[in-house]
Amino acid sequence: MSAAFLLSLIVFLPALGALVLAFMPSENKEGIRLVTLGITIAVLALVVGGLMLPPDYTGGWNEGLSFDTSKAEVQNVVNLPWIPSFQIQYFLALDGISIPLVILTAFVTVLAMGASWSITKHVKAYCILFLLLETGMLGVFVSLDFFLFYVFWEVMLLPMYFLIGVWGGPRKEYAAIKFFLYTLLGSVLMLIAILMLYFGSDLRGLTDEQLVASHVVAAADSPALAVIRESTTPVHTFNILALQQIGQSTEQFSRDLQWWCFLLLFIGFAIKVPSIPVHTWLPDAHVEAPTPISMILAGVLLKMGGYGIIRICYPICPFGGYDLMWVVCGLGVASMIYGAFAALAQKDFKRMVAYSSVSHMGYVVLGLGVWSALARNGYNPFYWDMGIKGAMFQMIGHGVSSAGMFFMVGIIYDRVHHRNLNEFGGLFGKMPYYTAMAMGLFFAALGLPGLCGFPGEVFVVLSVWKFSPLLAILSASVVILTAAYILWALQRVYLGAEYKGPHEDHITPSNFRENLIGTTLLVFAILFGIFPYQFPGGIPSVLKYMDASIDAQANALADWTRDVADADLPAPSAAAETAELTPPASTKLAVEPVHVEKAPSLEL
Amino acid sequence: MNLHDLVSQLIIDSKGAADVLMTPDSSLRAFLPEIVICLTVVAMLAIRIPRIGRRVDMFWVALAGACLGLYFAAPWALLTVSDAANPATVTRMEIFTGMLVYDTFAVFVRSALFLFLVLFVVFTRLSGIPDHEDSPDIYTLVFGATLGMCLMVSANHLLMVFLGVEMASVPSYALAGILKGRRKASEAALKYSIYGAGAAGVMLYGISLVVGLLNTAHLPTIGMTLAEKFSGGLATVDPGELMVLALAGLLIGVGLAFKLSAVPFHFWCPDVFEGATAEVNAFLSVASKAAALSLLLRVAIGFGATVPEGVAPGVRTAESETLSTPEQQVTGLFRVVDDPVTAGAGGAGEQAAPTAAEETPAPSAAANEPPTAESPATAGESSADGAVAGTVQEATQTPSPAAEPTVALAPVRSFIAKLIAFFAIITCTFGNLAAYGQSNIKRLLAYSTIAHAGYMMMPVSAAVAMAGIDPAASSQAVAGLAIYIVVYLFMNLGAFAVVAFLRNAMRSEEIADYAGLIRRCPLTVVCFALILFSLVGLPPLSGFIGKFAIFASLVEGWQTLEAAGEPGFYLLLLVIVGGINTAISLFYYLRVVKVMTIDPEPADRPPLVYSDVSLAGAYLWLITLPTAGLIVTWDWLSEMANAAARNLIS
Repeated sequence: MSAAFLLSLIVFLPALGALVLAFMPSENKEGIRLVTLGITIAVLALVVGGLMLPPDYTGGWNEGLSFDTSKAEVQNVVNLPWIPSFQIQYFLALDGISIPLVILTAFVTVLAMGASWSITKHVKAYCILFLLLETGMLGVFVSLDFFLFYVFWEVMLLPMYFLIGVWGGPRKEYAAIKFFLYTLLGSVLMLIAILMLYFGSDLRGLTDEQLVASHVVAAADSPALAVIRESTTPVHTFNILALQQIGQSTEQFSRDLQWWCFLLLFIGFAIKVPSIPVHTWLPDAHVEAPTPISMILAGVLLKMGGYGIIRICYPICPFGGYDLMWVVCGLGVASMIYGAFAALAQKDFKRMVAYSSVSHMGYVVLGLGVWSALARNGYNPFYWDMGIKGAMFQMIGHGVSSAGMFFMVGIIYDRVHHRNLNEFGGLFGKMPYYTAMAMGLFFAALGLPGLCGFPGEVFVVLSVWKFSPLLAILSASVVILTAAYILWALQRVYLGAEYKGPHEDHITPSNFRENLIGTTLLVFAILFGIFPYQFPGGIPSVLKYMDASIDAQANALADWTRDVADADLPAPSAAAETAELTPPASTKLAVEPVHVEKAPSLEL
Repeated sequence: MNLHDLVSQLIIDSKGAADVLMTPDSSLRAFLPEIVICLTVVAMLAIRIPRIGRRVDMFWVALAGACLGLYFAAPWALLTVSDAANPATVTRMEIFTGMLVYDTFAVFVRSALFLFLVLFVVFTRLSGIPDHEDSPDIYTLVFGATLGMCLMVSANHLLMVFLGVEMASVPSYALAGILKGRRKASEAALKYSIYGAGAAGVMLYGISLVVGLLNTAHLPTIGMTLAEKFSGGLATVDPGELMVLALAGLLIGVGLAFKLSAVPFHFWCPDVFEGATAEVNAFLSVASKAAALSLLLRVAIGFGATVPEGVAPGVRTAESETLSTPEQQVTGLFRVVDDPVTAGAGGAGEQAAPTAAEETPAPSAAANEPPTAESPATAGESSADGAVAGTVQEATQTPSPAAEPTVALAPVRSFIAKLIAFFAIITCTFGNLAAYGQSNIKRLLAYSTIAHAGYMMMPVSAAVAMAGIDPAASSQAVAGLAIYIVVYLFMNLGAFAVVAFLRNAMRSEEIADYAGLIRRCPLTVVCFALILFSLVGLPPLSGFIGKFAIFASLVEGWQTLEAAGEPGFYLLLLVIVGGINTAISLFYYLRVVKVMTIDPEPADRPPLVYSDVSLAGAYLWLITLPTAGLIVTWDWLSEMANAAARNLIS
């Protein structure tokens, strides 16, 4: 099996499945559900068996396909010409930034499908849209051609609109169109930025090595290279890797252009994250969406915003990021604080969880934005690197914990059909296993050490110190607010003497399906908390995947800061130079969580 | 020159050579699709005369005529082949003594028109709007209007511009009122014709101003004359003349804006669309719009840019047969080059050309071409095509420097581009905002049509703005328009087909009556939803491809203009306005989809007699398939559009 086939299969298998479903009789609801679940499991199996596990665990069938964590470059490259008249390529590949998100997507999708048995209306249409949504999500994470990326980005919109609009709660139509409109507005701005970058780019300005490294041409002796070299007119490109090279190593994108493009792209991604002040679609969409779709929304869709920022905004438009670093970090901290306070004020259980997402995704924006590789730090990329890794870990951890929280809310809503926080209580006695799962998942979101919410938060908060102590103090203190709203909610819902709301007789212990899904999420929340780097046996957990790629990106941007952005400043001291030239320190950093805590404390 | 010479030159101009019926590069061959239309119309009228002919189903005659026209209109392979030695290759040829122009763009848009005509005829059969009695009338009117649109697409002379607009409009007035006895239909027809007559009058006035001032109505010559006038810079032009020119441009713009239904000349559009049948709406919104945009492009380029040189009818055949004799030369004789002034103002080139042609035995294309041909740069460029190697020689004889006319026209281009950009912005925004409040699906689609006219005017603005700086980028913008036209053809035809079929099924065109339709005819609703989302411009549907091509041309225009030191911000503004409008338009398209899919079925809906699994349903899927699947591979379309735009601007 070639990489081209495997990646294409992973992305398009759900779409093919949707096509098959279209021909199934719609009365056979159980069959349709099972086929859909089978397809999502098949995708997960392909991801795990084909990309994740080393070949000696799989009998060697994925020899050459399995992801090599020691490489910073993209792997499993598929690069075929698609629309040559616009230099658009069918370019799929994986690197350390995208593969954890691909795995997360496949994983959360299976669980969300498992949670979809509660959907009883128009099952066939639901499953078709669900599978199309999965194709869109996976496509966003694996495509490295800007046009292709944009197409997948928008492909998700339509299924999502209908999934919220048809199967949602009482205000579903309002929520669905609000979601659609916000995202569309953001993506239109993104399209403008994409076109500005496309027409500003010229591949002739890159060296042969850069062209090969960004997979524009297959090898230094390929005829495509000669075509570029002999061209008399600019050769534009949609290749994201080539655009990164152009943004960082040439002067084709002027500072103004980078500034504007960064802004346009950042708005598009910030809407998805969501960061204040463009977060208002999220509480509505989450509250109205059916439980499985809330899981997907919180677990995967929000991560696309963070992924876009780290993959596109910073590497392609470093000047924009450099000029706007305070804006980005400020928005991150503001989202954290605002989201936490808003969550504290909610009476609706699901709305509270939704606002907790705003707060938690603020960590992601902050971690991606802490551009601490500045002159005053001797261009040391160490802390920024830590921030990015923290943000990435936070995305994975939040993907697990928030999907779990929404599922927990969904379980109780299915029974009592209300979500008023003040009308729960005493569920511990009636649904003990459910309460145990919920406690675990909510504690994971709280950021309790040993659970998946902790490493991400602590990385981010620590990394901010070198950027701005004020922001660090603010962001660290958000943990208190988080503890407040989560513990308060747990207290009101699960503890107490008796249940205070309606439909008390409907409260039955959670069934096997619910337990299975919830337990799976809880198990991974614990595993990621204990083994953030790798599992025993050398199977990478989260951080090991992204180490090499993120190190490379952070180092490249730190070099860029020194050589380009601060070229006018006096050269930094020799000591700082050496600090900058020891990137392996950051690689070792993440071996154990304990290690991580100690390393920065030495600096303090 | 005696009468005999005159006649023999005319013969060569129309037939290509004296002793054959028609050569592949003759005016008549280029005009064959139009001739087929005329013959079809005559056939349809004549068949009815004998009693037995009444029983003939005119659908088949119309379908045969449309297919035959499509066959002749699209020299399928030749759009992509740049083999200049082949006489049938299309580059740029002024036919019928310069009244019309036959170039790749004309071939492209005309083929699109004929493709639409074929699909349209089938559609009318399925929707059953022309019954047996009416069908000759309707098809005659439709074919007559198409003839006018073909003339619009290939107009090269202001007279043909006017003629084309009128020939396309007059049958449309009748079509709008074709449902006899319906008050709304009569109102629509009356409004349409009064509006049309007013706009035509204004346009004619504008044309007469131009002709009076420049002494020519031949579009490329207008460009050259204007270049002469502006050669000393804007300051040297008499302010009075400048005023009259600007006024004339505006007045002609009114006529074009009427055809485009651009704001503020759009008022007829919603009323006509509401009163006329959905079938007629499909025709007006697709064919009429495509033709009007092509015409806008022709006029804008004619005034603001120089055209590449082409070949004269018959020359290539003559060359390929090495039969060239002096008698076969066609000089710019019969073109309405109003010699006195051209000779006075731009005359140097005009006079030099015939002389040169007489001196050199090689057949002269440049001679048939106004002074444009005298620029060595353009000659060099097309000689790369190998089209007219002989003309390079002549070109060097004339002293005029290469880029001079192009440079001199910069203020004209800037005026035209900004004018079009301004109208594009208000048209697009107004159309989208007004569509929001509509409750009738045909009115909603009418406003959507207006908005799309706004989108489609944007690349024209970019193409004109870039024409003098980067002809390749300018052609790319035209290609964007060409892509949009094709994509739009399928989208809007599909939308109106759904409306027509649903009207047949439930006798209603109110959006409210579509509520919950997905439970009755899911396949049709899915089709309609795909088409509506495509109209928004969402990937992966084909509307996105059109929008992408257009936005790309605008961004490229902005960067090209900025790089050349000209103010190009208005093009960036166009992109931003286009983007915001996309988001606005989502509201009302989505509302229709929402009503059909999410809303519950109303209790008092008229009974629905319709099945998804029918010929109508199959037709819908046939129309929707390109909309849904084009994203898989659209490079061929892009290549074709690039080829279409290649010979438009020099």
